[in-house]
Amino acid sequence: MSSASLAALGADLAAGRTSAAELAAQALDRAQQHAALNSFISLQPEAALAHANSVDANRRAGRDMHALAGIPFAHKDIFCTKGIATTCGSRMLRGFAPPYDAQVVERLAAAGAVSIGKTNMDEFAMGSSNENSAYGAARNPWDAARVPGGSSGGSAAAVAAGIVPFATGTDTGGSIRQPAAFCGITGLKPTYGRVSRYGMIAYASSLDCAGVLARSAADCASVFSAIAGHDGRDATSVDRPLEDVQALLPRPLRGLRIGLAREYFGGGVDAAVAAQVRAALAELEKLGAVLVDISLPSAHHAIPAYYVIAPAEASSNLARYDGVRYGHRAADARSLDELYSRSRAEGFGAEVQRRILVGTYALSAGYYDAYYLRAQKVRRLIALDFAAAFEQVDLIAGPTAPTTAFRLGEKSDDALAMYAADVNTVAVNLAGLPAISAPAGFVDGLPVGLQLIAPAFAEARLLNAAHQLQQATDWHTQEPQA
Amino acid sequence: MSIDSATVRHIARLARLAVAETELESVRSDLARVLHLFDDLAAANVDNLNPLAHPHDQVLGLRDDVADQPDRSEELLALAPAAQGGYYLVPKVIE
Repeated sequence: MSSASLAALGADLAAGRTSAAELAAQALDRAQQHAALNSFISLQPEAALAHANSVDANRRAGRDMHALAGIPFAHKDIFCTKGIATTCGSRMLRGFAPPYDAQVVERLAAAGAVSIGKTNMDEFAMGSSNENSAYGAARNPWDAARVPGGSSGGSAAAVAAGIVPFATGTDTGGSIRQPAAFCGITGLKPTYGRVSRYGMIAYASSLDCAGVLARSAADCASVFSAIAGHDGRDATSVDRPLEDVQALLPRPLRGLRIGLAREYFGGGVDAAVAAQVRAALAELEKLGAVLVDISLPSAHHAIPAYYVIAPAEASSNLARYDGVRYGHRAADARSLDELYSRSRAEGFGAEVQRRILVGTYALSAGYYDAYYLRAQKVRRLIALDFAAAFEQVDLIAGPTAPTTAFRLGEKSDDALAMYAADVNTVAVNLAGLPAISAPAGFVDGLPVGLQLIAPAFAEARLLNAAHQLQQATDWHTQEPQA
Repeated sequence: MSIDSATVRHIARLARLAVAETELESVRSDLARVLHLFDDLAAANVDNLNPLAHPHDQVLGLRDDVADQPDRSEELLALAPAAQGGYYLVPKVIE
């Protein structure tokens, strides 16, 4: 178990008390010790140690070092890594080694952070439990009979188990925040467009967002600073100056208005989870924040709107997997059509096929207006809800997930029950807003997450609030007994 | 909204996903359950609202018309399950 902060690790590296090679070797050892969590799809020990040695050599040579230089971490297996297998949790991409690095991969490699492997995930990021991985379910370090959440479940489990101090993730409908909540760590989903999607395998392009999972908000701030920024290779990447999120962490919260969205504490939310989140909010109040009751009246439309829009975009994005150019190819197909349809039926798992079919239906002639167009109008309604709320408050709060981590198999046969796990997270993606999940204590020994949502581009405000909460509480420092 | 087997067959064909005749009914009932979830959208009051396709309603930026990517056709073709002479190989299309 390693629970040192990135700042502490960086200080140890700078002072020569440890080396990148030593930290990488320790992380690889821990990954082996925790193999039963199945948090990794692949490990790259040789590449990691070679990179670590070169970082150490640069440091010995007296070069300027980035704050993340020499720190081991892991990439979600959705980010393309040049020459290194990138599966996206799918049989379709078994053995696929991309010819280029994603922007996020380039940025972290250039900073000198050392990737030790690729983490497990729901296939093509479609899922809320990591059970939809073609490489087996990852498990929750707090209780191995439970899911780590999804789709960035392997990243969350690897950080919570202390294998690596941070991991990359992606969030299309809650896929960073919900696993962070289930595993008792901090997860930042930046504003849409803030981090480049170049080389990040597409699921739903108007919702997909790269981010980070780490122990603390301060650690998330450090990684966010390294990966955020404009990239001309992603047409939706935002060209707008970045705030210095790390410099703003110490700002006092006095007067910060936090809106408690009534709908986020309603219906399907477990009462004990809601109570624990209110306890975390009371801590923020003690720090000077002002709690305000608010309403997001269209919140209940978010799940249906999301589950039309995301599958519609997925059905289009995943059309590229055709058995011709790369990925799985069915054997002995007698026609081109048969090659397409059998390669896809064999390569994609059940949930991916379900979403492709739903999305195709929603976009098809005769149904487009009733489903896709209507869902996009509801998406506008949801964005307007947030805009109105942010006239009143600086942040919006609620439980990240309606329950603590559920048991493996508990929802895997019921798509609708699984979709309901995303009730408090999907609206944020529809509106393109930044949000964070921070540890907020425990219910029956299982972690609970507090979600904070900010207006677009206000990541600094989110990280500041979560950091101040973490200065006053110790929930984020709790570790699973494993 | 209900969905019949013929529609499932049509959608699967559009999506180029092979669905066996024996699985058709289970796929149909599964999709019907998910589509039922969307009935809720009809209840939303979206009069006079423009559809939101993209979170920031942003205008896509233009870049200068210069080639900045090297030719990597060989590298890309090497990923193909079947290729020959610089081309992707597929089953015969024209008889």
